[in-house]
Amino acid sequence: MLEIQNVTAGYGHFTALWDVSLRVDAGEAVAVVGPNGAGKTTLLRVISGLIPTRSGTFGVEGTSLTGLAAHQIVAHGIAHVPEGRRLFPALTVADNLKMGAFLPAARAHHAESLERVYSLFPVLAERRTQRAGSMSGGEQQMLAIGRALMSRPKLILLDEPSMGLAPVMVLRLFDLIRRVRAEGYTILVVEQNVRQVLKLVDRAYLLEVGRIRMEGRAAELAEQDFVRKAYMGV
Amino acid sequence: MTVGRVIGAAVLAALVLQPLIPLGGYRQYVLHVTIQVFIWSFIGSAWSLMGRFGLVSLGHGAFLGVGAYTSVLLWNFFGVSPWLGALAGVAAAVLIAVVIGIPCFRFQVVGHYFGLVTLAVGEVIRLLIIAERDWTAGSLGLTLKTTGGDSLWALQYANKQVFYYASLVVFLAGLWIWHRLDRSMLRSALEAIGEDETAAASVGIRVTRLKLGVTVLSAALTALGGSLYAQYIAYVNPETLSGIGVSLKIVFAVVLGGMYSLLGPVVGTALTTALAEGLRIAFGLKFLGMADTIYGFLLVVFIIFLPSGIYGSIREALRRRASPPAPASAVPAKTTA
Amino acid sequence: MDPIFLLEAAINGILLGGVLALLALGLNLIFGVLDVVWIAYVDLVMLCMYAVYFVVTVWGWPFWVGALAALALGALLGVSVHVLIISPILTSAPINQLLATGGLLFFLQSFATFLWTTDHRSVRLTLPSWEIAGIFLPATRLIPFAISILAVIGLYLFLTRTYIGTAIRAVSQDREAMALMGADPRRVYLVTSAVGGLMAGLAGTLLIFQYAVHPFFGGQFGPLTFMICVLGGLGNMVGAFVASFIMSEVIAVGGVVFSTEMGYVIAFVIFIVMMFVRPGGILAKRS
Repeated sequence: MLEIQNVTAGYGHFTALWDVSLRVDAGEAVAVVGPNGAGKTTLLRVISGLIPTRSGTFGVEGTSLTGLAAHQIVAHGIAHVPEGRRLFPALTVADNLKMGAFLPAARAHHAESLERVYSLFPVLAERRTQRAGSMSGGEQQMLAIGRALMSRPKLILLDEPSMGLAPVMVLRLFDLIRRVRAEGYTILVVEQNVRQVLKLVDRAYLLEVGRIRMEGRAAELAEQDFVRKAYMGV
Repeated sequence: MTVGRVIGAAVLAALVLQPLIPLGGYRQYVLHVTIQVFIWSFIGSAWSLMGRFGLVSLGHGAFLGVGAYTSVLLWNFFGVSPWLGALAGVAAAVLIAVVIGIPCFRFQVVGHYFGLVTLAVGEVIRLLIIAERDWTAGSLGLTLKTTGGDSLWALQYANKQVFYYASLVVFLAGLWIWHRLDRSMLRSALEAIGEDETAAASVGIRVTRLKLGVTVLSAALTALGGSLYAQYIAYVNPETLSGIGVSLKIVFAVVLGGMYSLLGPVVGTALTTALAEGLRIAFGLKFLGMADTIYGFLLVVFIIFLPSGIYGSIREALRRRASPPAPASAVPAKTTA
Repeated sequence: MDPIFLLEAAINGILLGGVLALLALGLNLIFGVLDVVWIAYVDLVMLCMYAVYFVVTVWGWPFWVGALAALALGALLGVSVHVLIISPILTSAPINQLLATGGLLFFLQSFATFLWTTDHRSVRLTLPSWEIAGIFLPATRLIPFAISILAVIGLYLFLTRTYIGTAIRAVSQDREAMALMGADPRRVYLVTSAVGGLMAGLAGTLLIFQYAVHPFFGGQFGPLTFMICVLGGLGNMVGAFVASFIMSEVIAVGGVVFSTEMGYVIAFVIFIVMMFVRPGGILAKRS
């Protein structure tokens, strides 16, 4: 579904991604792992249109998305759950979710989408009038994911969903992501918690210093010796 | 002897000798215009002492008005010489600066808020002048009582030449003060404060004290300029010497010429004066308001396309020819004199 | 002083506060979302007042036509100012933004002087006046008050119930996240400017009931509007609403007890003091 070909991108004089290619097929769950500063977040920001590419192309289901602005890419079915959640802190849970359904196509199905999100994340239904900024980290992450679901996407980009969460919360969160995935969404997740995320996805890429070093099925990658030593503390 | 110094000396000589050039009927007019340019450049320079470090005041009309009205009122009602009256005006302006400045800087009122507080102060002074119409004559303005002849004590002269040299001296003094501040350690400290107050404080910079100091200096000089202007024009009016109108005009002229350079204020003032005079000559009172209209239009255009002002932009362009360009930034690069 | 005078002044303060609230909310909306202070905002109001004057008094159309003209002009001006002046300098240093809109202020006031001279123009409206217990309540004050309250309620509903209204609130909290929702932030800014301009148009329509318009009308109400916004907390709509009435009361009562100018002086001094006490605005939490 998602094809990225030879993308190079960065900030100002600094290049964060070099000649990166990857793909995500419909229905798959794919992870991009790697150390801090590898460029994982940059990769997602390129896909969602927050950062322009310097060279290379990417597209979804054959349609090229290169050069489009962020708000246009959302209309092509890609929802980005950003690093740090980036909720609207002064808005309520309900309003945050409402904003997720801003697209005309999503607005038409607002009630339906809301039902779905509330059934996936009951705690959001309970707190629908609470200000997003006053919720716990775990609840905020659920809201962020729920908000992304409101746009009725085909592909969901998750940027470091476990960041800042207590270990217990992390396990619950990954369970919830599994449930989202089971609903039929395609997922591309960027994570530092290599152990947990490799249990969740089908395939994974290893990104180091802006380049893809390795790719393969999740189980195979987890077996790799140096992956185990470097990232899983074995 | 560098090229700069030679040019500077030549310009200085020209300015000193200018009144002696025979220009017939235009002599008085040219003197009038140049006196205005010197005084308002001086005031603009005083404003830029604060402006260049991020302390953007929209209420310098307060200091201007206080300086002007204090010296005029003391002369008109008590016969106090404007030499002393001006000092009193300076003292009053300093008092206001301190009273407003201390809480502002203690409580970190900065940016938009600081600008609006200063705007309020400028307006308060204007409204007070109008409200106390019993002795300030309110909106009608106050005329300086004449001594009937030339007098050093009263600082009144029929011949504009005296005011020309007086304002030239004041103008040059203003440049010298700007230059000294620019070359001092205070400048780095103030720039640090302008960039990040907390960081500056953490390395031992006395933030409140320095901000207050530069505000007081700016207020004092502005008040002095106000007194001098009042003496020259021999008439004061709350609309021309206080309030948001004149405060903005000062700011505009400085920004037009370039806020971060020594000669920016004078270039900007000269240009705006030339524009106003040019339009007045060309159209007379028929096109009342046209000068300011063009002025406002140009200001908007300049802010959008030439944020460093005319003079500042030229310097930047010359600088860029000398050394390779740095990455573009949204905030205009600061240049020194 | 006859207590009736004070009561009447207090009531007039409330009636004035309604229209001031409209001005303050319009300005606050733009500031809260775009983080740019439109120093020339009240000058846009001035132009809309002239619009009503020309449509009604000069060209003889009924008042509601003039009102519509003012609203349309206001929205148009809001959008124009945004596109021509604000957009290019959105990322510039705040002083540049302040100066650009300041230049606009100069331009508008001077151009108005050039076009229409400094003569005061008013729209003659014959409307009834009522007297209750010695207090005069003219329709020229009551109607603007009622309409401005309705408008404030309308604005509230717009901002909380509609998608675009919620988007306007959201974009001021996180512009990038808004883009990720599929909303072009620039479009949201445009709508915000149009709504702000619309409110300026409405304020102009209401102000012409009571005040004559002249090129320097902005000098009368401009500084006051900013101070109300800052007093209430820049971007804080509820704060601006409350602050409008506080300031209008001080001005009305102070104007009767002392003099008109002193009323303003006291209001401004209160503002200055409040800045030291609660820089974030009267409704801000102490940090």
